[in-house]
Amino acid sequence: MRFLRDEKIRSILYQLLTIVLFSLFVLYIAQNTAHNIESRGIKSGFDFLNHSSGFDITESPISYASTDSHWRVFLVGLLNTLIVSFYGIILATILGIFIGVARLSKNWIVKTLATSYIELFRNIPILLQILFWYNVVLAAMPSVRNSYSFFDSFFINQRGLFFPKAIFLENAWIIGLGIIGAIVLGWFVKKSAKKRLDEHGKETPVFTINLALFILIPLALYYISGRPINFEMPEFHGFNFKGGSTFTPEFLALLLALSVYTSSYIAEAIRSGIEAVNKGQKEAATSLGLSPMQSLKLVVLPQAIRVSIPPIINQYLNLIKNSSLAAAIGFPELVTVFAGTSLNVTGQALEIIAITMLTYLIISLIVSFILNVINKKLQIKER
Amino acid sequence: MVYDLKSAKEPPLKERGAIAWIRHNLLSTPLNIILTLVSIWLLYIILPPLFNWFVLDANFAGTTKAECTNDGACWVFINQKLKLFIYGFYPESELWRANLAILLSGLAIFLVASEKTSVKIKATALLILPTISTILLIGGFLGLEHVATDRWGGLLLTLIISFVGIIASFPLGLLFALGRQSKMPIVKTLSVFYIELIRGVPLITLLFMASVVLPLFFPDGVDFNKLMRALIAITLFQAAYVAENIRGGLQAIPKGQYEASSALGLTYWKQMRLVILPQAIKVAIPNLVGSFIALFMDTSLVMIIGLYDVLSTVTLASSDRDWLGLGTEGFVFVAIIYWVFNFAMSRYSVKLEKKLDTNRRD
Repeated sequence: MRFLRDEKIRSILYQLLTIVLFSLFVLYIAQNTAHNIESRGIKSGFDFLNHSSGFDITESPISYASTDSHWRVFLVGLLNTLIVSFYGIILATILGIFIGVARLSKNWIVKTLATSYIELFRNIPILLQILFWYNVVLAAMPSVRNSYSFFDSFFINQRGLFFPKAIFLENAWIIGLGIIGAIVLGWFVKKSAKKRLDEHGKETPVFTINLALFILIPLALYYISGRPINFEMPEFHGFNFKGGSTFTPEFLALLLALSVYTSSYIAEAIRSGIEAVNKGQKEAATSLGLSPMQSLKLVVLPQAIRVSIPPIINQYLNLIKNSSLAAAIGFPELVTVFAGTSLNVTGQALEIIAITMLTYLIISLIVSFILNVINKKLQIKER
Repeated sequence: MVYDLKSAKEPPLKERGAIAWIRHNLLSTPLNIILTLVSIWLLYIILPPLFNWFVLDANFAGTTKAECTNDGACWVFINQKLKLFIYGFYPESELWRANLAILLSGLAIFLVASEKTSVKIKATALLILPTISTILLIGGFLGLEHVATDRWGGLLLTLIISFVGIIASFPLGLLFALGRQSKMPIVKTLSVFYIELIRGVPLITLLFMASVVLPLFFPDGVDFNKLMRALIAITLFQAAYVAENIRGGLQAIPKGQYEASSALGLTYWKQMRLVILPQAIKVAIPNLVGSFIALFMDTSLVMIIGLYDVLSTVTLASSDRDWLGLGTEGFVFVAIIYWVFNFAMSRYSVKLEKKLDTNRRD
């Protein structure tokens, strides 16, 4: 039995054993499943995706009726997941940066407030936070008749948040063109500023110029092209608001809970990124004569971002996955409406759970792909 | 001599004591002054009403909702429902068993976390004490009444799920971590596939899978109860995260350690057990504690598949007809419980991290 001591042969044997055991396991499960599905009279296959669903969905970004198919249900759910995640990521990032910077403030009260915020929201389960926003905060909003109103165009009440809806008229594309133009122009400004710095050693306030371009060009075009964007205000008629756009309480509760929860993690990522920059770097920057602002912009932030970005993107991914907890308050995203209602209607658990998991897996893979690309870009270019 | 050494003057008033601290920390620049004022204003808005609601205007005494006459919180609700929140529907005459089980598991945690116990004692405690607790909770022997798992609930259930999840996921996660680092391509592929699959999906889809798909996987006679299904899902989920944490630890071990232990003629398992893992797990501990905290919070998701953990007993109680409209008190109560547990764990992890850090510098 000497050949058993050969590492190569042993490794092959182990792997064969793994394959055999794994295949037996899969076979066992597959057989049982096939048998169970048959004996319990459960339908199988993916035909159900084309059958009409027979139930309504409370909010949908695309047109949907109960006569539509389960495939359409899946799309509605997926879109709702993506929409709430999109808004959530933006809100969480803004909040997170704000809190993260406050956490590093030299002002003791500000620092303590930010720390309390982080410790409070990081240590309470996200599900509890969603339920709290939904059942406590938003349920305490006034009735429609007594809505809180802001500038007479935003209204909050028990039925959600009502706000003006932008309606794009025929010439609205001109403004879109203006935005693209401003971005292109901004790129040229940045390039020529670099050239000016290299050749003449003179600084240009690139950020201010670009911000002005970005605001002024579209604004000017808006008036020149005859105001092609109208705002439809929500108005109180009879028992409810008509016109404008609405965020339902379910959407709002989910959005707020996800943003607040995730922002506490983003704040921590930002703090650890900035703290990871070696103290000597700041001292060196100061001794070179850079102002605190310059030192932050040119020395500290470029290094801090490298540390902060990966955990922040991971938090984005967590936010997308956590949006599935909407099942607890009935916001119709993927898990609630497809893995919940559709599953109950059709009874085809295996197929529906598989599709749902696969969808999340694909989203995760896309996000990690983006993360890898960014990581490569941010890596220190060593010579 | 005529020269007398003058005693040093004290620093000026504004540079010492509380005044200096305030000047430097709160009022150093105009921006800082504004920030301080805004913060104080924020605190003024938030704290007094909160304190009033919590304490000053709160109702502590009484047995019914009608006795909550003040504007503040009605803690009577929590007081009256406390048994439900802590033990779920566990029979009242048998509560001592639940208490004893919690005590034994607490002892196990203490023995594992303590610095004075040897690895053998830790392992024995971790194996035996929870087993005794489980048997005690189920009962059905020596005249102890059998208590079905669907009567377990409240904080007790939350603790059971977290405890089982943490213990059971560890060996599984360890295997997957070693598998992922293995040189055998098939073992490695399977491990990577498992870890990335689990980490890519939300826990709730796994819980759904365990509750509706899992029964299809096994022949008719085999049936798992709801709690068992949740435990399987949570263990499988947590194992992937444990695996990634341990992998981080394994990667931090210098290559020389592997080579040296190979050169000593140790077999793979001996090499892992005696040289690599003790170091790798030490490095991984802070992250492991972090993922245990995440698991502890994630146990609240079992509510969605119909188990009565502490959060869902509170939701249940606040829809009781006699206690309507007291959801806020309930949620705040659960939030405090979770917060205290998590904060304690994260402090412990910080302490551990510091301790391990100095070890490495020695």
